[in-house]
Amino acid sequence: MTTVTRSLPKTSTPAVPLRRPKATTGFWSWFTTVDHKKIGIMYGAAALFFFVVAGVEALLIRLQLAGPNGTVLTASQYNTMFTMHGTTMVFFVGMPMAVAFGNYFVPLQIGARDVAFPRINAFGFWVIAAGGIFMYSSFLLGGAPNGGWFGYTPLTSTPIAGGALPGHGPDFWAVGLVMLGIGSTTSAINFIVTILNMRAPGMTLMRMPVFTWMMLIVAFLTVFAIPPLTAALIMVFFDRNFDTLFFVAAKGGDPLLYQHLFWIFGHPEVYILILPGMGIVSEVLPVFSRKPLFGYSVVIFSGIAIGFLGWGVWAHHMFATGLGPVTITAFGLATMLIAIPTGVKIFNWLGTVYGGAVKLTTAMLFSLGFVAMFTLGGLSGVMHSVVPADTQQTDTYFVVAHFHYVLFGGLVFAIFSGFYFWWPKIFGHFLDERLGKINFWVMLVGFNVTFFPMHILGLTGMPRRTYRYPAGYGWTGLNQIVSVGGFLVALATLIFVVNVIFSAVKRKPAGGDPWDGRSLEWSIPSPPPSYNFAQTPIVMARDDWWHHKYTEDAEGRLVALPTGGSDDDSPSAAIAKVNAHASEADGRGIHLPSPSFYPLLVAAGLPFLGYAAVYQDIYYLIPGLFLLLFGIYAWGLEPGTEEH
Amino acid sequence: MTPRRSRGRRLVLVAAAFLAVALAGCSEELKNNKQNSLQPKGPAAEKINNLFVPVTAIAIFIGIAILVAVVVLAIRFRYRPGKNENPKQIHGNTKLEIGWTILPALILAVIAVPTVSTIFDLAKDPGPQALNVVVEGKQWWWQFSYPDQKVVTADELVIPAGRPVKVHLTACNGTGAAKVCNVIHSFWVPELNGKKDVVPGHDNWTTIEADNPGTYLGQCAEYCGLSHANMRFRVIAKSKDDFAQWVSDQQQGPAVPLLGPDGKPAGDAQDLVVNTFACTNCHILDDSSKAAYGPNLTHLASRSTFASGTYPLTRDNLIKWVMNAPSMIPMESQGCRLPPGEKPCVGMPSFTENTPKGLPSMTRTQAEQIADYLLELK
Repeated sequence: MTTVTRSLPKTSTPAVPLRRPKATTGFWSWFTTVDHKKIGIMYGAAALFFFVVAGVEALLIRLQLAGPNGTVLTASQYNTMFTMHGTTMVFFVGMPMAVAFGNYFVPLQIGARDVAFPRINAFGFWVIAAGGIFMYSSFLLGGAPNGGWFGYTPLTSTPIAGGALPGHGPDFWAVGLVMLGIGSTTSAINFIVTILNMRAPGMTLMRMPVFTWMMLIVAFLTVFAIPPLTAALIMVFFDRNFDTLFFVAAKGGDPLLYQHLFWIFGHPEVYILILPGMGIVSEVLPVFSRKPLFGYSVVIFSGIAIGFLGWGVWAHHMFATGLGPVTITAFGLATMLIAIPTGVKIFNWLGTVYGGAVKLTTAMLFSLGFVAMFTLGGLSGVMHSVVPADTQQTDTYFVVAHFHYVLFGGLVFAIFSGFYFWWPKIFGHFLDERLGKINFWVMLVGFNVTFFPMHILGLTGMPRRTYRYPAGYGWTGLNQIVSVGGFLVALATLIFVVNVIFSAVKRKPAGGDPWDGRSLEWSIPSPPPSYNFAQTPIVMARDDWWHHKYTEDAEGRLVALPTGGSDDDSPSAAIAKVNAHASEADGRGIHLPSPSFYPLLVAAGLPFLGYAAVYQDIYYLIPGLFLLLFGIYAWGLEPGTEEH
Repeated sequence: MTPRRSRGRRLVLVAAAFLAVALAGCSEELKNNKQNSLQPKGPAAEKINNLFVPVTAIAIFIGIAILVAVVVLAIRFRYRPGKNENPKQIHGNTKLEIGWTILPALILAVIAVPTVSTIFDLAKDPGPQALNVVVEGKQWWWQFSYPDQKVVTADELVIPAGRPVKVHLTACNGTGAAKVCNVIHSFWVPELNGKKDVVPGHDNWTTIEADNPGTYLGQCAEYCGLSHANMRFRVIAKSKDDFAQWVSDQQQGPAVPLLGPDGKPAGDAQDLVVNTFACTNCHILDDSSKAAYGPNLTHLASRSTFASGTYPLTRDNLIKWVMNAPSMIPMESQGCRLPPGEKPCVGMPSFTENTPKGLPSMTRTQAEQIADYLLELK
């Protein structure tokens, strides 16, 4: 075998319009960074910001409903609040938060130095930030979205008398979500390429950490789910603005077309939101049980099964629309089927804890909370697959209770678990455990006080999306309990924010491996150096890092290896030793992608194009097109890595 | 340690007592709540409930089992330094995996059989003995018409008890170029049946039947814009004879004529209605067989509620409504007194606020005159 050293012919550097940014630290470096870790932190910060915004919207909703015939909000304000609460939580909190963890930890878990397309990665974030600013600017520009988070037509699509919503609200909503789709798609493609191509030697697919696996599945779901949504949104926009008739029944259009398109996106979207949460929990439970994940391959394959089956259940959001008994039977049964892989995951998580040595850290508490609360949400989901019963429950508070058990009891609990678990890795110091445990218990109690009574409200006839309800229905007391719970959840969130600040001041340092972790991210210092791994690791096993620290005796019991794994002289162990003690200075010879202005510039053009579309005004088009075209042109000329 | 724990226990007790009082308070109300899917009062709702109850019982059982498992496992296997810090490394167990794949599948199969049979049972056409009613969803009220009896009414759906009613759901009216469709609504009377959406361009229908005479509350269950929350209605089931009497009453002309034999308003109030405030642009007051943009008012006074069943039909309420309806139910009706097409117009305008130039504002005396006239329309 001969080693071929390939050297590229020297070309003259093309003339790039802007001087390339050099700084990799400091305030301004955040705007030009292409480091997946920094981008991950920005995703997380943005998602947390929007979590607070959508939380405030939820609190206003709960104030309004704290008594019969509430007058805190007008009908129109209330409709805006629930629309933006749902839209924000799904698109600006759930999705970006998963991407935040994915961005930061997928490359670390597969032993890569960055993602496949670092500048596209930055672009994805800036597009989502721009989309959020664009959509929320509608509050100041008269007429925030008010058609509900799934924006059913013709309510959102026909701006004629006798029909739909006046103002620009649905335009902002449709254009904003198209923008968001661009960001989500680019980040999903990036995940797919990164995970399939940039794994360290030995990191076979079936050795990959479960979180990375789930992000891979989610990325595929995103790539295929966004196009039907985008198509539907463009149709809404065209019906509103250019008098097309896609959803105008009187002229032969069909409003149900929208519902099919939306939910073909919308149901996979539910799994786009929950699978990363399942991935986080599958990382946390083994670490704090000191046992491998029970049935690793079954957990992976049930994740894939959920991903596939998720495409065949969309019409269960439409059981009351009159699809006919044969159709709804098919979709009802498909919905029941999806409970099987979900149940299998729950049993495997319990199996992981069984026989372990359970350390009830805050991260572990949130993960256990996830398993319990998500199960309840899953069970009420199965109740919806019983179609006749669903016709009583759909569009009532029962459904609101159901999806909050899945998305709050599930996803949000997993996110908080991820915060407490990975915070030491990201920032090099722990979050305070005592405050963390208070955070957990207040949130667990507050969550259940908020959402459990909603089951009863729905079954006793309270429809969702109603800005007021009359006295004398037995709903007053339950709604008051719910509102108290809402403020408990807010308190829990506040405790978390206090914890973040308190811990940053206290800075209890965390070493590279504070939890006795299993996957590769724990094999490097905290916070990780910019280049992640001084030498690319060689992966010998699933939970590779764990196997550098422990082995099993004949009965399968854990046996700690002497520090540093000295009985293991493999190159893998030698590299791990180097990586564990690497410092920023060791990275001098490593070529990393250089910072760039252009992802931000291109993304900044999109809101202007959005305003041009909403107001159909050519003056917005000029800066929008300039930023977009100039940004793409200059981006194209700029080399990925600047030579040193 | 002890005092701290007992304080915690006292807190829990207080919270439990608070919850118990709150729940007891609403449980009495919940029983009288006539919009409660847990109190089925007709065959369709009973079939749904018979499916719902056992499925819920299974779900609650499994839910509690998993909750207990999580808590027990977390405590039973908690980390004890020196004792269990190096647990046995179990990587999986094929038999268990197969077991807990098959077990849920079996439970679901047991649930699936009655589910499917109930789906098809509820989709059966009620047959020729059923009463036909056409329900049209509007922003934000319901129009009920009886095509065979030639009666059009609103807000209160009167049906015969013990007889199936086939409810044809429509969001459109008119034909050809004049066809107009509303947005999607959902027809829901929890005590009689589950929801069925009113979708423009789709001929949806559902069956309701009340076992006994009585009032059953319904509400629009699909978000339909500004006043979705106020789009309520009630189903009033009458005995066979009472229903026949009601139909024949409805088929009569108005108790007080709108127009005299000369085609001019038959009195001062009628003049206000026809000319001054042009109520007749949107409402019909002298022919119970026709539909219009607004509710048919020919027999308004035979109803006990108005404004989508939100307000009891009293003189005071009616006066207030006639003067300034959007103050009682929010509506997109600011442009409704203008010529068509100038501004979005959904609902009934205010006749005292935002009066367009050249149009009269309504005085309280005028409103009283109109209300008194309307209350005579039995």
